[in-house]
Amino acid sequence: MTSTPDFLDGNAAAGDLESLFGTDMTMAFGRCSGCGAQMMLAETHAYLDAPGTVLRCPGCDNVLLSLVHSPTHMWLNTGGLDYLKVPVPQ
Amino acid sequence: MAGATVPRRLGERLRWRAARLTERVTETGTARTLVFDVPGWPGHLAGQHVDVRLTAEDGYSTQRSYSLASAPDGESVALTVQRLEDGEVSPYLTDELAVGDLVELRGPVGGWFVWRTEQKEPILLVGGGSGLVPLMAMIRTRRAVSDRTPFRLLYSVRSPDDQLYTAELRRDDPGLDKTYLYTRSTPEHWPRPPGHVTASDLSTGGWPPDFEPTCYVCGSTGFVETAAGLLVALGHHPGRIRTERFGPSA
Repeated sequence: MTSTPDFLDGNAAAGDLESLFGTDMTMAFGRCSGCGAQMMLAETHAYLDAPGTVLRCPGCDNVLLSLVHSPTHMWLNTGGLDYLKVPVPQ
Repeated sequence: MAGATVPRRLGERLRWRAARLTERVTETGTARTLVFDVPGWPGHLAGQHVDVRLTAEDGYSTQRSYSLASAPDGESVALTVQRLEDGEVSPYLTDELAVGDLVELRGPVGGWFVWRTEQKEPILLVGGGSGLVPLMAMIRTRRAVSDRTPFRLLYSVRSPDDQLYTAELRRDDPGLDKTYLYTRSTPEHWPRPPGHVTASDLSTGGWPPDFEPTCYVCGSTGFVETAAGLLVALGHHPGRIRTERFGPSA
């Protein structure tokens, strides 16, 4: 346990993702376009020190989703996901 | 979800709310519990967290994510913050924010690392350091609703001085078993030598995989990787292990 990887998990991005999508995205389910792994966004590896938020595949490290804020806009790239299955807001 | 005991936001958009500090409790030399009054707080589930936003007079703004420590309790929410010496936000929250001061708070967020009172399977809580915080919210919620679900807690912490919620955890909670693992120094005459969590700790202090417990593991990334890996090696199904990593960036 001496070297600590510098990622958190998708939960850490919950607030930003929910503010964008309007529903809890940690329970959204997706498939990595790199290796085909399927997972909840809560289970992805979150890098918050990059400019913005980057979610990577825990299996192959592929960038699944990135979200960058400016005072006036948000940029969202989900190019690393084949699809996202999002729970309907309750 | 039938029988849910906590109100949902019912389509209300997540937004920042003003939160006023009403109480500060010293937990350890470096950890404080901050209790906020948050008008309009919609309630939360044990294990959820909030984003806290601080804005300087010049407009510079920064936010961090913290686990909720308290059981749902009206418009009052508690966070336990560990001060990081080189932190930007945590030293301000632990040392400078005064009772009566305002911060902005957004939440609750996250639906994955939560314990719902509808769950009836045995629960294993594995916490490292301040990773105890969301697990404590689960213990407090269980107690608040007099739930009988069997809980076991394994708490790995550097030394007795670093323990959170010591007095509260010393109290008897029927159906909650507690095991403390010290990594650097132990109380006197403690049977287990100091050291990181092992498979043996998890099999003695945890549940057999056959009981199909849900395991919640929270702590630093290294701790979570180690503990979750050991649980899988012991035969726990990966789908029953929920993890939450605490970053150094708090």
